[in-house]
Amino acid sequence: MTAQPVTAAVPELDLDPFSDEFLTDPWSAHELMREAGPVFRLQRYGVYGVARFDEVARVLADHETYVSSRGVGLSDFATEKPWRPPSLLLEADPPHHTKARHVVTGILTPNLLRSLKEGFQERADELVARVAARGGVIDGVTDLAEAFPLQVFPDFVGLPEDGRENLLPYGSMVFNTFGPRNRHFERALERGAKAQEWIMEQCQPGVPVPGGLGEKIHTAAAEAGYGPDEQARLLRSFLSAGVDTTVHGIGNALQCLAANPEQFAALSGDPSLARSAFEETVRFSSPVQTFFRTTSRETELSGVALPEGSKVLMFLAAANRDPRRWEKPNEFDIRRKAAGHVGFGFGVHACLGQMLARLEGECFLTALARHVASIEPAGEPVQQLNNTLRGLDSLPLRLTAA
Amino acid sequence: MPKVTFIQPDGMETVLETDTGTSVMRTAVSRGVPGIVAECGGSAMCATCHVYVEEPYLDGLPEISDVEDEMLDCTSSERCPNSRLSCQLKVASDIAVRLPETQV
Ligand code: HEM
Ligand code: FES
Repeated sequence: MTAQPVTAAVPELDLDPFSDEFLTDPWSAHELMREAGPVFRLQRYGVYGVARFDEVARVLADHETYVSSRGVGLSDFATEKPWRPPSLLLEADPPHHTKARHVVTGILTPNLLRSLKEGFQERADELVARVAARGGVIDGVTDLAEAFPLQVFPDFVGLPEDGRENLLPYGSMVFNTFGPRNRHFERALERGAKAQEWIMEQCQPGVPVPGGLGEKIHTAAAEAGYGPDEQARLLRSFLSAGVDTTVHGIGNALQCLAANPEQFAALSGDPSLARSAFEETVRFSSPVQTFFRTTSRETELSGVALPEGSKVLMFLAAANRDPRRWEKPNEFDIRRKAAGHVGFGFGVHACLGQMLARLEGECFLTALARHVASIEPAGEPVQQLNNTLRGLDSLPLRLTAA
Repeated sequence: MPKVTFIQPDGMETVLETDTGTSVMRTAVSRGVPGIVAECGGSAMCATCHVYVEEPYLDGLPEISDVEDEMLDCTSSERCPNSRLSCQLKVASDIAVRLPETQV
């Protein structure tokens, strides 16, 4: 048998996936990329892109060819110095990554998460009932989507009350820096500088409240042989990736439910759909839209030759709406079997916080189903533009208490 | 092609042929066999793809990794000596698995 011929014809696209226009409404451009071919080039940045489900899944699964240690943003750590010491999780490869990840998976287990459920549900019920009772126009983002994770997550980690306002700017900064040095990147660095100091302070061993996730990570990391700097860096991953993502997930869920009253009615009628409604939101809206990999060697993907050192941009959000994989991909359907989407990634780097995110989403949407009779748009939502994340700055809503 | 047999808690059996190398979990989910939730899509994070491997097929299975072992301590139905995560079982030859009463 002869090897599959490697053709040179890679579609060249002039799109800028980090422009305001694209970030505001990525969906039609996603379709264009999916239909351009299984692999394409983004001329402007000299990188390859994949937007179909199969190719995205293949790149995620092959962590030996498509490495993370050279950065999961546009910048190649082999040639450019990263702006902060690389993550021991997100920006590492096996075997180092395997060891660091095991420190965390031993702590953040499904059993631990089950033990959190009752407390999270109580707080979600309290918050949603209070906001719904207020009447008038509320902001789905600040009043609900930010309020809930900002209550439960820092408590769970063991952070002090003071300074929690730094969490969102820090997360937003980190996710912006995976893109090019555009306006969003520069502004994020400016605004995040102050937050960064507070975050790094909280990450130091001995600082988080005993009994919380932070202390547990430090202890387990120490037992695994990590020094104080690395213990801090392990916790840093959680403060970077654990807040903005779930805030956007919940905000996007509210937006989808307000825009699809029949879906909200289904949820109200059967609150046990809350978990699958959150799953569908992650598929449909993909709060994390993209990540890069870098080829560790010359390779071939769906007939396209990729040289060593190529950056490959995975459009997770486009894969999550690929009609080759999903029926009616552009419909928001909370009864759909959305499991298997790549909104939390897949493979060795699959989101470590995904079960926590699901728990937060489930508790919040259960509370919404219980305490809110109807939810209507009360103005234009404002998109928050970020080089990696998709979420809202504000979402005017009118709620009727149940 | 190897055959995978899924046995429901009530005894009902489904037999499916699948490609070598496909996971037992993916075989079930892609063909609509009930009883496997697989919330995390095969990343060994959720423990909702738990199965009991039938006695004759236990030999020759890949070893349980540390991560799978920890996850098996978190299954919703009782962990038994023949418990496995079906997302970590790549089909190599015929295999039969029994589904637990609950996954979540
Ligand atoms: C809806 C909410 C969330 C979404 C959509 C999301 C998405 C993702 C994605 C796509 C990845 C894969 C990165 C890659 O392949 O390079 C990832 C990794 C990660 N996530 Fe999440 N995430 C969410 C919530 C969380 C939460 C709540 C936490 C922390 C508690 C968290 C912590 C992490 C960490 C530490 C990694 C790196 C894992 C590794 O590289 O081994 N995430 N997340
Ligand atoms: S599918 Fe989640 S652990 Fe197997």
